[in-house]
Amino acid sequence: MEITVDHIRNKLTTEIGAVHVEVEDTSPNRCAASFKVLVVSPQFEGKPLLQRHRMVNTCLAEELKEIHAFEQKTLTPEQWEKQRAP
Amino acid sequence: QTDFADMVKKDKVVVFMKGTPSQPMCGFSNAVVQILRMHGVDEYAAYNVLEDQDLRQGVKAFSNWPTIPQVFFNGEFVGGCDILLQMHQNGDLVEELKKLGIRS
Repeated sequence: MEITVDHIRNKLTTEIGAVHVEVEDTSPNRCAASFKVLVVSPQFEGKPLLQRHRMVNTCLAEELKEIHAFEQKTLTPEQWEKQRAP
Repeated sequence: QTDFADMVKKDKVVVFMKGTPSQPMCGFSNAVVQILRMHGVDEYAAYNVLEDQDLRQGVKAFSNWPTIPQVFFNGEFVGGCDILLQMHQNGDLVEELKKLGIRS
């Protein structure tokens, strides 16, 4: 399976209703497949950080087996708005 | 057979990482070590998963978390590097450490 930025974005959008996804392929800085994602989804509302990250991990469980390093940030649309307009 | 439930309860703070606190072998593990140091947490149990493949795979299954490092407080899984970093930034880490009787 070839893991691409588009593949990750599509999966997060369909499976956990992300309204905004930023995926950065950080592989060139490292020795193997590496990605950094920012996921904004209303489904994160009222969920603690650990549970949000577990949702992302579950969504990308197959991909994570091939990914060497994975960084994630999970925000609700409200938190995302706040962060964008300081 | 490793009993992870016992392992994570034995010490207040337990970290599974690549390398050791004095010589981390990965940037993410190093970040966890640095954050703990910043909060004055010097005494904690650190297990090097690079020395033991069973440990490396076993802890992932135990916590249902796919990556290393992994941090446990009082036997409870806290998260990996991203979560610890965000807890450091939003002040939650200070509160959690207080519950453990550690003043940062």
